[in-house]
Amino acid sequence: MIPVIVLGIYLVVVAYIGSVAFRRGKENTEDFFLAGRSIGPMVFFLSIFATNMTAFAIIGSSGQSYRQGIGIYGLMASSSGLVIPLSIFFIGTRLWALGKKFGHMTQVAFFRDRWECDSIGTVIFTLSAVMLVPYMIISIMGGGIVLQDISATKGSAPLIPYQLGCAIVAVVVTVNVFFGGMRGTVWVNIFQTILFLCFGFVAVAVISHAVEGGLSEYMTKLAGNVKTASLLTREKMPERFFWSYTLIPLSSIMFPHMAIMCFSAEKVTAFKRTVIIYPIAIMLIWLPCVFLGVIGAQLIPGLKDPDGILLQLLAKFAPAWLAGLLGAGIISAVMGSDAHQVLALSTMFTKDIFTHYGGREKYGEKGAVFFARAFIVVVTAVAYFIALYLKEKQGIFEIAVRFAFSGFAAMAPVMIAALFWKRSTKYGALASTLFVAGCLVFFAILQNQHKPNEVIWTVGEGANAIKMFALAPNGDLRFWNGFMTVVPMVIGSTICMVLFSLITRPPSAKTIEKYFWKNLKTS
Amino acid sequence: MGKKLFVFVLVLGVYLLHQDFWNWKKPDLVFGILPIGLAYHAGYSFLAAITMAILVKVAWPKHLEDVQPDESIQGKTIDRGH
Repeated sequence: MIPVIVLGIYLVVVAYIGSVAFRRGKENTEDFFLAGRSIGPMVFFLSIFATNMTAFAIIGSSGQSYRQGIGIYGLMASSSGLVIPLSIFFIGTRLWALGKKFGHMTQVAFFRDRWECDSIGTVIFTLSAVMLVPYMIISIMGGGIVLQDISATKGSAPLIPYQLGCAIVAVVVTVNVFFGGMRGTVWVNIFQTILFLCFGFVAVAVISHAVEGGLSEYMTKLAGNVKTASLLTREKMPERFFWSYTLIPLSSIMFPHMAIMCFSAEKVTAFKRTVIIYPIAIMLIWLPCVFLGVIGAQLIPGLKDPDGILLQLLAKFAPAWLAGLLGAGIISAVMGSDAHQVLALSTMFTKDIFTHYGGREKYGEKGAVFFARAFIVVVTAVAYFIALYLKEKQGIFEIAVRFAFSGFAAMAPVMIAALFWKRSTKYGALASTLFVAGCLVFFAILQNQHKPNEVIWTVGEGANAIKMFALAPNGDLRFWNGFMTVVPMVIGSTICMVLFSLITRPPSAKTIEKYFWKNLKTS
Repeated sequence: MGKKLFVFVLVLGVYLLHQDFWNWKKPDLVFGILPIGLAYHAGYSFLAAITMAILVKVAWPKHLEDVQPDESIQGKTIDRGH
């Protein structure tokens, strides 16, 4: 009961912050979608971090470490700790400047103007929306499952069943985004980020204190046991897989909600502190979770669903209030990213479709905000019902999200070319986008039609044979003896961008002058 | 060494350090509690933060700080309303 009370308090605080933001808001789209481009440095960092952190950072990281060991940290956390700040530094700052100068609120608006082409924006918008929606659905599903698990007591039904849990997440996010827009979302993010940044070390400290003999003794036992020693190394992790994963964080800046966050900063100097603190913040969340996941393999061995390892450790070794804090931390991560995804979809639909095709001229600025709010309600309701009725199909959405990460990463060359390469053309961008979309469809079909461990296509024979496409034991498609599919997607997308740009007519001198004025040159 | 080359070498060098193949199969514990592969990558997170601090110092796009809304497109930009 105590965890549910803690969670209840948390949700009330979130709803209250949203309502305060609503009272401060103005009825125009720039204020609703970007908080009037007025986000200060510290809030900007806390918010952009919350945008990017999902429940996976807490639950998934510990569950994966329970299965695969410490390699998960290097695979996902430390690589993101370098690549994401780099992309914010080089791309985010330029996006901010273009938003400030030309009033852009989405990447699509920038692409349309940069390449003097409506359709390229519409194609990129469609692909982005298709890749973002499963992410939003999985957030609601994850929230429902967490609330159900946390409120469960032995021998009786959970206080918050899955359906109710999903509804709570959907309603709180909708209320927060509907009333508060970007301002409400980022204010809540401050509270959320602080909460889940604190959680990890509190959990390690409490569990370490409660475990007899201390965690060091259990770590030594893990190292001494032949069955578990591999968890302390990366023996089970193929090197090609480990390297390819460093391309995945390129997706971060291409996710619409991350790019839109970059437009919302008041000054470009807000990016300075963000890029420096970002790697440390990732470490503060991931290191304790990965560590506890690994140690959990010794403390509570044999779990069929290791994603629940943190909850189990806390239930066994920590007071009930900490389980409540964990629940609030996880729900923070779920809602923080979900709210930005909902807001980003609403921003894109309102600005890139409704406004772009004349809606604002017809219905005015207030009409556009009304449309945005209506869209938020509809999209969250649809996501809620999908989460409810397709619960058993969760695996499909998880796969879709993994594909989306590769897809967005492979779109990074389009953004880089738009910002830094004068000669890049709309045909290059179109070819690149269609290549990414084609790869996603093709790889999804391949993955769906074959079984785990199956080799699909081999080139050559004997020891020198190259497995061009094969499925890994977890069913994910691998390329060229073990690379992730993001590798050929990023390379192919880059080639398409370069090749088709070089053989087609460059943008007009007027556009080049507009987007490559002296202040946008690389430093 | 030019500034651009320095930035390129720095970023590439730090990126390559992520691939710590020498720790791949080492089960050693640092301070008796942290596996060496995990300790290395925790240290790498600090290195990433230091790298970003250096980039902010030497490669910060200072000229962007002066960007102002373009007067010629006020009220008729793509985003502000067509």
